[in-house]
This record gives sequence, structure tokens and C-alpha cells, in this order.
Amino acid sequence: MKFLVATILTALLAFISGLFLPWWGIAITSLLVAVIIHQKAGKAFLAGMLGVFALWAGLAAWINLQNQGIMAKKIAAVLPLGGNPVYLILFTAFIGGLVAGFAAMSGSFLRSSKESR
Amino acid sequence: MRIVPFAISTIVTAGLVFALNKQWGTIPPVGKFVSPQHGFWQNAEPTGEGFNAELNFPELKGKADVYFDERLVPHVFAENDEDLYFIQGFLHAKFRLFQMDLQTKAAAGRASEIAGPKAINFDKEQRRLGMVYAAENAMKEMDKDPATKIMFDAYTNGVNAYIKSLKEAELPVEYKLLNFKPEEWTNFRTALLLKMMAKMLSSGTENDLSNTNAKSIFIPDELKAMYPQVHDSLAPIVPKGTVFEKPGIVPVQPATADSLYFGNKEVIAAKEISKPDINNGSNNWVVAGSKTQSGVPILSNDPHLELSLPSIWYEMQLQTPTSNTYGVSLPGSPFVIIGFNDSIAWGVTNAQRDVKDYYNIKFKDNTKQEYWFNGKWEKSARKVETIKVKGGADVLDTVAYTVFGPVMFDEAFSNDFSNKRNLAVRWAAHDPSNDGITFYKLNRAKNYDEYADAIKTFDCPGQNFVFASKTGDIAIWQQGKFPARWNRQGLYVMPGEDSSYMWQGFIPQAENPHSKNPVEGFLQSANQRPVDSTYPYFIPGSYITPRGITISNKLTAMSGITPDDMMKLQNNYFNTLGEDARSILTGYVKENELNATEKKYLDILRNWDLMATPDSKGQTIYQCWWDSLEIGIWKDELSRTTPISPFPDEQTTMELLKRDTALKFIDDITTTKQETLFDVVTIALKKASVELAKAEAEGKLEWTKFKNPTVYHLLKDALPAFARKGLPVGGNGNIVNAITHSHGPSWRMVVQMSTPTEAYGVYPGGQSGNPGSQYYDDYLDNWVAGKYNKLWFMREGDRTDKNVKWTMKFSKG
Repeated sequence: MKFLVATILTALLAFISGLFLPWWGIAITSLLVAVIIHQKAGKAFLAGMLGVFALWAGLAAWINLQNQGIMAKKIAAVLPLGGNPVYLILFTAFIGGLVAGFAAMSGSFLRSSKESR
Repeated sequence: MRIVPFAISTIVTAGLVFALNKQWGTIPPVGKFVSPQHGFWQNAEPTGEGFNAELNFPELKGKADVYFDERLVPHVFAENDEDLYFIQGFLHAKFRLFQMDLQTKAAAGRASEIAGPKAINFDKEQRRLGMVYAAENAMKEMDKDPATKIMFDAYTNGVNAYIKSLKEAELPVEYKLLNFKPEEWTNFRTALLLKMMAKMLSSGTENDLSNTNAKSIFIPDELKAMYPQVHDSLAPIVPKGTVFEKPGIVPVQPATADSLYFGNKEVIAAKEISKPDINNGSNNWVVAGSKTQSGVPILSNDPHLELSLPSIWYEMQLQTPTSNTYGVSLPGSPFVIIGFNDSIAWGVTNAQRDVKDYYNIKFKDNTKQEYWFNGKWEKSARKVETIKVKGGADVLDTVAYTVFGPVMFDEAFSNDFSNKRNLAVRWAAHDPSNDGITFYKLNRAKNYDEYADAIKTFDCPGQNFVFASKTGDIAIWQQGKFPARWNRQGLYVMPGEDSSYMWQGFIPQAENPHSKNPVEGFLQSANQRPVDSTYPYFIPGSYITPRGITISNKLTAMSGITPDDMMKLQNNYFNTLGEDARSILTGYVKENELNATEKKYLDILRNWDLMATPDSKGQTIYQCWWDSLEIGIWKDELSRTTPISPFPDEQTTMELLKRDTALKFIDDITTTKQETLFDVVTIALKKASVELAKAEAEGKLEWTKFKNPTVYHLLKDALPAFARKGLPVGGNGNIVNAITHSHGPSWRMVVQMSTPTEAYGVYPGGQSGNPGSQYYDDYLDNWVAGKYNKLWFMREGDRTDKNVKWTMKFSKG
């Protein structure tokens, strides 16, 4: 339950941060969530990772659907991901998830380090 | 204690954010770039996206409405000129900002700021050619006339209003890929854009440097034969038989010309890096009512330029209570450049005239502060150019300015060749002029007199302005500021130690080649020499002869012409030069010496229908064989200098062989044997067959597969994913449908001067510069198929018409 709440909250706050902050706002919000909802480092990492992965994958997939893949096909050839929009969506989500995961892990350790005092 | 793991994971997170927020070489900042709320996903425009908006700007004087049709062409209805051009600037920026920014930075020699160290030499050359100097001179002229300054100011304000409204997530995707930001627009950048056009069209139309090398090895008669001024089969722009008046200015050849100029046998080792494409040209023609089905004139124009996505052109209609114009505009400049209004239509092709010369400068010493001129040491002006380089230190380059112009080549810049000379460049584009105003006036011209008045002050690049009016007039003027040269002046690098070799004046404007309502009932221009040999001035240039012959022949034979006929002619694939050239190839080949493959290619060529259609194998064989023959005839002689002397153009080679099959250049001077035309034609086929067999094995013998027609993104090879490759079109530079690998008709337009005006047009791109938009390349397939869009010349009463898809409302606020 805690895990699910953390994941959803990570996604939600990451989305809000995206409206106001640069892209790396997801690191701050994911860390915050991990501090507020304390879990062990591994779980916190997973919740952070999953939250932003799901958010970014969802947003990218939605945009891609609306755009009928025009942009994604081109960017997936630039990056290079074989011109495949699905790979590009997964790559996008992985990058966001990775940053959020490590940030959340930091949040977990931060809370533990405070509590251990 | 969890401080250590906290520290480690925080460092990892921060490191990740840092690494993903930074550009690594050509890899964009990945985190920022892929973030769906910030990066490229934000540029993925939903198909069916609306463009309705209500916008308020304090700079506007009144209200204005912009109606977009289904092709995203804006029809701008403003209350006054200032608002009109403010909105034009706003729309250019909204749809084409990256293009405007990139092109003007490149024009100013600032490409290294975006592309890094590899562009340093390009930037140096731009500055040494005097691109910024030319734009500064143009600016002074623009500022002198308050009425035009207001228009340019309004345009600039419009561009900046858009830039200011832009959020980071809305930046065009190229900025995100290359990780930089748009720069504020200025009138000066508009001047730079016009100089970019001047370079494109009037800087590559001479071969002075390599011609000088040819002069070092050939005698005058040979030079005249290899690089003739007038081709035998020329179909000039001004109909043959036109009588020219006595020249208003007669330039005098300097007394020292024989010894210091013609007799000088020194080789010049300098070479330009970014010389404009020789195929930068165009077709235009106009037929009078006497030759059309409707009884009114029809005007056609297709400018041939490097094709790009986004296109160089942006289509629009500009209307105020006193003017109403439709056509294509150049993002970066106000006005419609090619188009029509309620009374007239006009189009342009390039004049191809040589308006750029080089002078050999003698400096007192390496500081280049003084140079020898008219018997004494003159002070030079020195400009230190600072080139900012992405990912590197600034590069400083000092350019000396002489009475002739900037010293383009010297020991600090001579392209790695050993022979270091100081060459100053004199280029007509350096002279102060307000060329933009011509288009302001043309947009509003109502008849021949107003057209003639509008183009009169257009100086550079020289253009053939074709014209038709609703009152039935047709006309053409080759307009520009052209130096009056003594015979053969400026074909080669000239002595720069005194004033005797300078341009002595310009051909009076009224004597520029022109024609109005000729008996033939049509006028055409296709980058050929504008006049026959009776014109009283020496006018060198890089002329292209074959297209004019095809067009002239076709129009002569046609009657009852419809707009559809004109579209077909623009898409015509007939190879006029190939007709003559083939008889030389097939007539002089030694068939008994050919193997089966060579024989097969010969047979295909014999049966070729002379059309450069996409599926033509004959065109591929012809082109390879002919190119191979040209190398066989010329390369041995021309390679005697470094850099190599220029190849005679293909029309010249064909005419030389047609006149004299024992031409002395046929012999290969590197062999002891005396080769005949039979020998070189046969060897040429044997060599070409190797290439052809290889192409055939790869399934590329069909012309379109062989040349792989491509419309690249502006960043070319850096972004192949944004290009459209393998377009199934034929044509070639010397064919009316002048499509080469990446160059060709950048806009095709046909306008019938009926009431209401009937107009058609298409360009190989789309209105949006955004690669993530469905409007990025949506005209391209029509262009490939030779189809046209019907141009909707919207009227005041059409504001609620069903063709209006979206409306943008502008008002003061």
C-alpha cells in the first residue's frame, strides 16, 4: 500500500513540477516523496523509478498518439533507435525513471540518517 | 548511520542530472531533450491541431485578422502596412524561426557558434567576402528612407513579439537538439538575409580565380573557344533582332592590359570554400493573350535553388485596404517576393551575370597597414573579426579593407595552398542599395509603368523580372547594377596597384536588357545570356543555355495555351542538349571494339526518347557517358594547373565537337598516340560502362535511382532523419524540370491574368518548419507528381467562407 501511494504521489508531483520547473524538478519531487513516505532504499528506488517511468511513458505515448508518430519516427532515427517510436517512448521513460529512482533512494537514506540520530 | 549511502546516492543523482542536462559532442542534453513536458515531445504537434488564437500586442495600431486555409496558408487582412508587416514577421517567426535564425547567422559568418570548429573556415570566408560589410552598407540605405524603415521596423517587431512570447518548451526542436536559443531579430538581420540571397545568386557566377589559371596555359584563341561568351544556339531573353541603342558609357582598356593583365601567366592558388551551386538558376516565362485560350496573359515561374526542409519559401496573402498581394515570401524579410496582386503578376530568375572581381594587392609589409596604390602607400582599414566557436576558444581574424573591397585571400587565409597572394574582392553586393523596397512597390504595382519603376532601383543580385498585367501587357527586364566592362575585363584576377583596372562605371539602367510586348507573343528567361552578340557591352557570366532553347522552342510552337499547358511545360523532361550530344556519342563510337555490356548500353542510348524521366535508363547512360567524354577531352589539358582550370560547360563542349570533330583538345596529351574523336568517345563509353554496370548491379540504372533526389533538412547530413530521400522525380540542371540530386524548382507558379485571377503553385515542403507537424512536408508529394495547389486569392467577402479553417485575431493591447 505504502509502495503504491509513493509511486502515485511521485508521478503526480513529477507532473506538477514539469509545469513549473525544469526537467530535473522530478529529482526534487521524487526525493521529497521518499522522505515523506519512508520505505527501504530498494523499495524507494523502485517506487521513484516506476512513478516517473509510468508518467513519462504515459505522456509520451499520449503525445505520440495525437501526433500519429510523425515526430517520434524522426527522433527515433536521430537518437538512434531504429526509427521505432515504441523504443523511443521506453527510452524516454527509462531516463526519467532512472533519475527519479536515484533521487528517491537519496530521500530514503536521508530519512533513515535523520532517524538514526 | 546512513550518511555514506545518502551521500553516494545523492552524488549519483546529481551526477545523472548533470550528465543528462549537458550536451556531449553532437548528443543533445538527453534529460532535457526527452522530457515529455520540456523536450522534443512538446514539438510533436497533434494532427488536427487548431491554430485559432486571439493575440494582443502594444505595437499594433489597429485590428487585423489572419485566416488560415486548409493548407495552413495565412491570408492576412490588416488595416495598414505597419500592422501587415508586423504580422508577417510574427507568422514567419511562428512557423520558421530556426530557419531565419540559422540562415542569418551563417550569412554573417557565425555558423561556428552553432556547428563548432568545423565551420571556422566557412565563417572566415563569409566575413572576408564582406557579407557583414555588405549588409551594413545596405542598412545605411534602408535607414535613409523613413517610409521603408517603418516597414522593416514593423517586421522586426513582429518577429521579436513572437520570440518574446516563446516558452522554453515551445522552442523549435532544432534548438533543443543543438542546445541553443534564438537571438533577437533586427533590421540588420533582414539585410543579412538579402545578402545571403545576393551571395547565392551573384557570387558564384564568375570563375576568376580558376580562369586565371587557365590563362596561364592557354593562348587567347583557345580561351575564347573554351570559354565563349555567346553560344551558337543561344535563345536569348531579349528576342534576337532587337536593335540596341548606342552605349551610354564606353569603358577604356588600360594601356598596360596586354602586359600586366592578358600577358600575366601567374597561377592563382586560392580557392573559395563555399562557392554557390552553379545550378542556382530558374525559369520564367510569360505568354501574351494572343497565344492563350482565354485571351489573357499567363505568367510562369520556377526558381531553382538548393531544396530544403523547411523550404526557403513561405506562402501567404497580404491584404490592406490599399493593397492585396499573394505569393511566396522569404522568412527573414517582409513582402511577397514572387507572386501577383489584383492587377499584375511577376516572377524572377537569376541573371547569372559576373559582378565580382579580384584584385592583386601589394602590401608594404606583413602588418597589411599600407598597400601600393596609384604611386604611393595608402592606408588600409583593418577589421578584426571575432569568431565565437561552440566548444572552443574565440578565433580572431584580421581582414584588411582596400579601395577595392576586403582582402579575401591572404597568407592567413588561402585554403592550404602554398602560393600566397593578397586578393581583394570587388563585389556589386558591397554597394549601398535598398533592394527590399523593390518588392514593397511590386506588391502594389498596378501596371507596366509601376512595375518598371519598382524594379529600377534593384541592384543586386541581378534578376530577370518577368511581368504580366490584367491590361494585357507582357514584359521582362534583366535588372541589376552591372559594371560596364572593357572587353574581357574581370575574367581574370586584375592588377590592384592603381585605379586603371577598377570598374569605370555601370551600364545605365535604361540600357539593361528588356523587352515589352514582342511580336513573338511570349518572353522567357532561363539563366541564359540575356542578349545576342549585338548588345554593346561585354557581359560575362555563368550562363546556362539549354533550358532557354527548350522553352523557346515549345512556346513558339504552342497556341491556345491554358494554365495546364504551362504546368506541363514546367514539368517537362526533354533533354535538348542530349539530342545533339547523343548524335556525337553514337556517331563516333567504334562499335566493333565494344564488349556485350558496352554494346547493351549503346543500344539503350540509341533507343532513348531523349526524356529525363524518373525511369529513364537512357538518361543515366547519356549523362555518365557524356561526363566521361568531357573528362577524356579536357582533364589532361586542364590539370596542368593547380588548382585545376575550369571545365568548359557542356553546351560549349557539344558545340565545339559539332563544329570541329578534329578539335585539338581531343588528343590526350599524356599519351604519345594521337587520339581521334572515335578513340575518346569509345574510351569514354568503356569507362562509363564500369560505373553503369555497378549501378545496374545495385538496381540503380533508372535515372531517379541513380541520382537519388533528396530534399534535405537545413542541417543536411547532421539530420538525415528530417530529410525526404529517394523522391521519384527525373530532370536535371539543364532540363526545364531542373531537379538534380538536391536542387531544383523551389516553387512552381502559374498565374492566368483572368478575372478573377486563376493561380496555381506548389513548393517541395510545407508551411510549417516543425518536423513534428503534419504541415512540415505535406506539399512534397504533389510537387513530386507535378501537381499544383490552386491558390486561393481570398476576397474581403470570403471571411466566412468554408475554406477558412482557423482564424488568428490580432489587436492592440
